[in-house]
Amino acid sequence: MDFSLTEDRRMLSDSLNRFISDKYGYDHRVKVAYDAPFHDTALWAEMCELGVLYALAPEDAGGFGGAGFDITTVFEALGRGICPAPVLGSLLASKLLTAAGADQSALLDGSVRYAVAIGELDAPYDLDAIETEAKDGKLTGRKAVVYGGADAKVFLVAARSGGTLAVYEVKASDAQVTGYALIDGGGAAELFLDATPGTEVLADATAALEDALDAGRLALCAEAVGAMDATNEILLDYLRTRKQFGVAIGKFQALQHRAVDLVTEIEQARSITILAASKMGAEEQAKFVAMAKTLIGRAARLVAEEAIQMHGGIAMTWEAAVSHYAKRLVMIDAQLGDVDYHLERVIATYAA
Amino acid sequence: MDLSFTKEEEAFRDEVRTFLADNLPDDLAEKVRIGGELEKHDMERWHAILNDKGWLAYGWPVEFGGTGWSPVEKHIFEEEAARANAPRIVPFGLAMLGPVLQKFGSKEQQDHYLPRILDGTDWWCQGYSEPGAGSDLASLKTRAVRDGDEYVINGQKTWTTLGQHADWIFCLVRTKTDGKPQEGISFILVDLATPGIEMRPIKLIEGGHEVNEVFFTDVRVPAANLVGEENMGWTIAKFLLGHERTNIAGVGFSMKALEEVKALARRTKRNGKPLIENPLFAARIADVEIELEAMKITNLRMLYTAQTQGAPGPETSILKIKGTVIRQALNDLARRALGPAAAPFPSEAMFGNAALVEAGDVNNAADYFNNRKLSIFGGSNEIQRNILTKAMLEL
Repeated sequence: MDFSLTEDRRMLSDSLNRFISDKYGYDHRVKVAYDAPFHDTALWAEMCELGVLYALAPEDAGGFGGAGFDITTVFEALGRGICPAPVLGSLLASKLLTAAGADQSALLDGSVRYAVAIGELDAPYDLDAIETEAKDGKLTGRKAVVYGGADAKVFLVAARSGGTLAVYEVKASDAQVTGYALIDGGGAAELFLDATPGTEVLADATAALEDALDAGRLALCAEAVGAMDATNEILLDYLRTRKQFGVAIGKFQALQHRAVDLVTEIEQARSITILAASKMGAEEQAKFVAMAKTLIGRAARLVAEEAIQMHGGIAMTWEAAVSHYAKRLVMIDAQLGDVDYHLERVIATYAA
Repeated sequence: MDLSFTKEEEAFRDEVRTFLADNLPDDLAEKVRIGGELEKHDMERWHAILNDKGWLAYGWPVEFGGTGWSPVEKHIFEEEAARANAPRIVPFGLAMLGPVLQKFGSKEQQDHYLPRILDGTDWWCQGYSEPGAGSDLASLKTRAVRDGDEYVINGQKTWTTLGQHADWIFCLVRTKTDGKPQEGISFILVDLATPGIEMRPIKLIEGGHEVNEVFFTDVRVPAANLVGEENMGWTIAKFLLGHERTNIAGVGFSMKALEEVKALARRTKRNGKPLIENPLFAARIADVEIELEAMKITNLRMLYTAQTQGAPGPETSILKIKGTVIRQALNDLARRALGPAAAPFPSEAMFGNAALVEAGDVNNAADYFNNRKLSIFGGSNEIQRNILTKAMLEL
């Protein structure tokens, strides 16, 4: 039993945390996160030089990581710094390209930005309900809220082909892409496909898609843990310094006990994320990832709502950092399966 | 990051498992499984079996007759014991007084009392709470006044668990009335056979007799029975509270209870289908299971801290809060899974009914009500939040 990070991961964590706090500081983050391309492309290149993307891919795919704890190390730092860089799309794409045995050197060095288009308006999480269709190398359908899609050069698109799901590579320049900012910062896009040419990357891709999604879900859990830690620090600092009735509001038991409950939930969230990370690649991966995403969905929303409430009016302002963390924490639930979706997956394991 | 146990630890787990399989009497395990009331001789029998093996004082250092196990080994033992439905080890002598005497007791006290705890000669109980001193323990009023070589004790203790079986009681008493309340408390050992002591049962919410109130009227106790210095009782009390925290999360109990709830929900039917196929009920189970899976890791993380940094920190209060809430939620689900069948009051007639006992259902409502205590005793969950507020959040 060892709950410390390996030397390599600790170094990656330290350098990424330092990079984000030095260069992607809060003011800069807010400035770039809501205007196209919704992140800082110069910093993207620098981040890639740090090896962030290589850490997400296994050695035989050209990376130097790819394990559950590599993913959590990177995303916890991104969450802590509420970084809008489109790393999630890169992770999902790297997973799919690894499954396909395809070359991904341009993805890993950051020179070609990928996004992965799976969800649709009426199929935000369910692979079974996907309607986008591929016929003779042409794709038709609409992909909704494609993370990092606003300035991606290449899309990996899940589409129905005959009776199975397959993954196609579609050039952004061949499709109609409507990019936009998300309410919690960072970019996404609607991808409209109308007999748009695509190259098959993976046939019969359901298992590979689920595996990539699990990696993405784990990443989001870790991102939430980082963001919850940061939110909690901001909150505690506020409770210690904000005075009302002549005392720091942290002296009031009505707030103290709620603050303790948040810490309790955050520790549980950290624990279930560690557990899910340890199960990546194991038979029980899907079950534990579903458990983690369920707990995280709930904990993150609680932390967000309570942090706003305990701050009071100031948390309602754009200027306060806590408001941006709260938005990120709430909206993470809607990414790659919410509480209800994953709770159903857990319940499904009770059958028999 | 590595969540697995070492090869040595896994071998230790096998050893514990084998020992339990070979030595835990079936009738005791069955009684624990169905939630039957353990009698004094049941607990003594299990203590004796563990003592023969040298595992009874599993939290003690070797030089006092303990095992010297690491925090991880203790955890494994607790987990396996719960899994096997072993009776819990009565904590008052072994987990509470023992460590206190080892840390604060005189050589004479250690030599006299510790072996008697191990061989079952003395059954200990705890005299801490008073009617006016619950969460605010330092306000306790039971007086001990020095008179020559003796203390004369007057007052009342309450919530004395299993005091009806006990031979001795360790008490917090007031030896000084001026200054801060914490500074006038002493820790003293009292023979329950001393004249002037009366123990009365308190009938609990579910009808059981588990706790007692103890009245002291001019009870004369040798001054030699004082542990540590006069007026250092609060230090001892705080130390003891720290020891009470081993296994505070009750992960083993919860794992067992979750298994039982799932089994119950598989064989209980609603609308002609197993209850577990009802998505609303399944979701309730899943909610608790997810919390428990996280709790297991939270527990291991704190064990890891204890193992690598010496002692567990104040964050163990998190284990108390979350662990008790999980256990209570499982009791709640077991009761609800039974529906109206949970309603019969536990009685001889119920326990005598093989069909009910076979289902393992006889005591679920009673357990639910009895285990409301979990979030109250050992420092209520609100007191735990106060502790965390100061020690961890620094508010």
